[in-house]
This record gives sequence, structure tokens and C-alpha cells, in this order.
Amino acid sequence: MLTVHVEADDAPWVDGNALAGPLGEIMGTDLTVAELTCAGCRTTRPLAAMRVFDRAPGLVARCPGCEDVVMRVVRMTGRVLVDVRGSLIVSLPVPTA
Amino acid sequence: MAVITRGFGGRRRDDADLPPGQYRTDDFPVLSAGPTPRIDLDEWEFAVVTETGERSTWSWAEFTALPADEPTVDIHCVTRWSKFGTSWRGVSVDTLLADVDTAAEYVVAHSYGGYTTNIPLEGLLDGQAWVAYEFDGEPLAPVHGGPARLLVPHLYFWKSAKWLRALELRLDDEPGFWETAGYHNDGDPWREQRYLED
Amino acid sequence: MARAAVPGRLTWQPAIVAATRAETATARTLVLDVDGWTGHVPGQHVDVRLTAPDGYMAHRSYSISSAPGPGRLEVTVQAVTDGEVSPYLVDVAEPGDQLEIRGPLGGWFVRRLADRRPALLIGGGSGVAPLMSMVRAATNPTRLLYSTRSPSDALFSADLATAEAAGGGRVAVTKVYTRVAPPGWPAPPRRLDADALAQVAWPREADAVAFVCGPTGFVETMADLLVDIGHDPTNIRTERFGPTGG
Repeated sequence: MLTVHVEADDAPWVDGNALAGPLGEIMGTDLTVAELTCAGCRTTRPLAAMRVFDRAPGLVARCPGCEDVVMRVVRMTGRVLVDVRGSLIVSLPVPTA
Repeated sequence: MAVITRGFGGRRRDDADLPPGQYRTDDFPVLSAGPTPRIDLDEWEFAVVTETGERSTWSWAEFTALPADEPTVDIHCVTRWSKFGTSWRGVSVDTLLADVDTAAEYVVAHSYGGYTTNIPLEGLLDGQAWVAYEFDGEPLAPVHGGPARLLVPHLYFWKSAKWLRALELRLDDEPGFWETAGYHNDGDPWREQRYLED
Repeated sequence: MARAAVPGRLTWQPAIVAATRAETATARTLVLDVDGWTGHVPGQHVDVRLTAPDGYMAHRSYSISSAPGPGRLEVTVQAVTDGEVSPYLVDVAEPGDQLEIRGPLGGWFVRRLADRRPALLIGGGSGVAPLMSMVRAATNPTRLLYSTRSPSDALFSADLATAEAAGGGRVAVTKVYTRVAPPGWPAPPRRLDADALAQVAWPREADAVAFVCGPTGFVETMADLLVDIGHDPTNIRTERFGPTGG
């Protein structure tokens, strides 16, 4: 079995907070406060606390625990694709007046 | 029309010989959908797996002893940068498949770290693709896909999978990481096949 | 023609540079006037979009460093070497120039006025920008720990002193210099470590909330140290900026 070493200072990612603009524009609500349950390790965190790799053809959110992909966002010409197959549950706070 | 910002030109240069919608850059931007895997060369292994499950594998020493080419090619990233005249050293896919018996029409490239991308087999043959392990005369840096990456310069660069681990030969097509998330299945920059809908 | 923003919808809105203020040799604050801007919650950011005459666009996220208020906001931008947007904002943009913003953004790394808990704000480098907004708006006890390389790299020096003086004891600012300390500074340059953190941290029973913002490595280290000294991990909120090409 091969070991893959990931260096701590090698961090081409930002926090999930960075998704507030791209997702808010299409969803009309702040999805970064949504809690996602990672399909890989089943831990639950706010989207804001996921790791977002933003230097890529799309935005890739990964679980900081197991590094599995929990969300992908791709801006196409006329549509925005949001892939959440890596999340078992997405829960959102009920809006307050 | 959007608000124009006075004095802003951005970093790109316009140029002839660019695919539609592309800008030339002299940098080598680092794009990655995940953390950079660090792979020890004595643990590195590359495999070709056929549709019947037959595996051919190479260690690093075996791989770098194979006959190599030194292509100089233009590369085109779907995020709109193109870089001209990049120099590589690597083993052509023709060489890797020379002794492989297959009826496959499709290939899935698998990377260390889990990335995948799909390419029709004929798009990798006849000197169109390499598994590259040197860039600009130096060992390929991990951020650019080292130890070895796929190099398919006639397609958008997301098809040139970094940290290549295996080429899986298949009878049917199996869309990869970006191809299942809105990007075009074929990814020809000259036909501007960026997205699913293009 | 720029479209007017539909209320309640998050869209790109025109913004006009009203003024600029140099913070350091490589960082400055831009004062932006935005029609219909209703304010923000301290900690939030905006996306800033620039468009070249040929239609080429680039956008980046920047924290809001001003106190909340209508019609106007401030972002503080550190120029990133070889960056595309930040060098323009730091070196080229002038009063009267137009750009676009989208925001305010983010509901997680925010300190709401209704939150009565004391706060520990920890900023590394230009990561102090959203914390500056929290300091300016602080109505509850607030401690800021600001790690910066040297006095010439320090942002908001005057503003922090003003906020501390005006806070009536509510606001306390501690600075740590990591490379060069000012003449006569009581401590030699040092990394922020557990000891330094423990000296400013709220006692565990204070039920404080911590906001940490800075480069990714800095934030990782600080979040770990906070947990090590007994801070409740669920009360730590972080915002990292990667080595992005600002």
C-alpha cells in the first residue's frame, strides 16, 4: 500500500466562507451556514468550515477531517452546477424574520 | 454590459494562435481540486489495466528506463489561460500500450489522491499523449503533477491528469471528476468544448 | 448599463472608490460608495469584480474592515506579489474609479451585536481586516491579539489605538511582532505561542468566542493552540486565506 504524504504548509485552499458569494448569487440564501454531513467520514460541519480548493476549474469543498469531496460548484455559461453527492445530509437554519 | 474599471487590464495577453476564448500567460498557474500528494519514488508505481483486468506495472526505475520523448507543446487550461512552448520529457502512451492486448475504446486516467478523467483511446495514440516526468529539463514538481502526469496537449489541460497512477482501458466511457460536474466530456479547446452544455 | 440591484437578491452592484488610505507600503484601505448598501455584520466579506475594457473580468474576496453603516464600506487589501486584482486595488485605483461588488457575504465568521459573549480576536497579517470591523463595532468585551511581522507591516495602527481609547475598557489590543519589534518594545520578536495566547485568552468560564483570521498555516496553529489551552473548539470560528493570487 502506498502512502501519500500531505504537507501541512501546502495549503492551496481557503475556508468555505469563500462560497458565500458564488452560492448566494444563485441560491438567494447564505449556504455557508448550512451543515453538511460528509459521506466519507460522517462528521458534520458548517459549509463555512470546509476546505475549498478554489484554484481549479470549479470550486471543490472537502471535509477537513478525511479530505473527501463534500460539494462541487461549477459555473457554466448559463447555469451553475452544484454537486452534493459527497454529502449525506445538508441542513439549513430556518430563516428568522 | 458590466461596469468597466479604469486602468484594469488583468494579467493576460492577447495573441494569435490561441483557441477561442483563451488568453496567453507566461506563468505556469497551479490548479488543483485537492491537496498535493507527496509520493516517494520508491513507492511510486504506474499501471496500465485492460478491460479484462490484466495489469502491466512499472516501478520508477523501470518507467524512467523506457524510451522517452521530449515534446514541446502548447497547453490550454479551461480556466482560459494558454501557455506556449512548454517542454517536457516523458513516455508516449503508444510506447506504454505497445505490448498491451486490448479492444478498449476508452481510457480513464486515475491519479494518486483520487482524481479521474476520461479520454477516448484514439485521442491518446499516434504521438498525441505522454506520461511526463520532466518539465523544462527538471523533475516534474509535485504541484505540477510530479512524479508523473498525463500530458494530452490537444485537449483542455484538466484531461492531463496530475499525479498519474494508472490508465484504465475500458469498453465503455466513464466520465471523470470534472466530466461529472458540468465540464464537457471531450474538452477540445479549438472547438471550445468547455461545459456540458457547449 | 449597470442594472439596479433587486432588493434581497445577491447581485453585482456598482461601487465607486470614494477615497483611499495607505495602511502600509503594500496595503491600503479603499472606501467604497455603494447605492442602496444597508450595512453588514462585522466579519463579513464582499467579492470585488474588475472588468477590463475588452470585457475580461477577475474577482476576489475581501473582508470588510469598516464598522457597519449604510451607503459606504471599506475594504483593506494587501497587495499579493504577482496577483491580478490586489495590485490594481493597492497601486492603481483612484477616487472616482468604478468597480463592482457582491455582498455582504458570509453568515458564519461574523460577530453579531446580539451575541453577548466576550470575544478573543486573533489576526495574522492582513487577517486583521475583518477583526478591525469587529473591534470598531464592539459593544461587548473584546480582546484583539494581532500578530504582524514588523511595525512597518502593521495595519490599522492608529485606528486600533483610537478604538482602544474610545472603548472605555471594552477593547484591549495586544500586538506580537514576529520579525522586527519597534524600538523599546518590551518583548523580542517572537512567534505567537501558547504562552502569549494564554496571557490574553479569556478564562474558560467566560464562555468566550474566538475568531481567528490569517494565512492558512497561522490559523491552523492558532486554532490548535486555543484548543490546547482549553478553549471550547465549538466556539472557535476561523477564516483562512490561502496563498491565493489576490
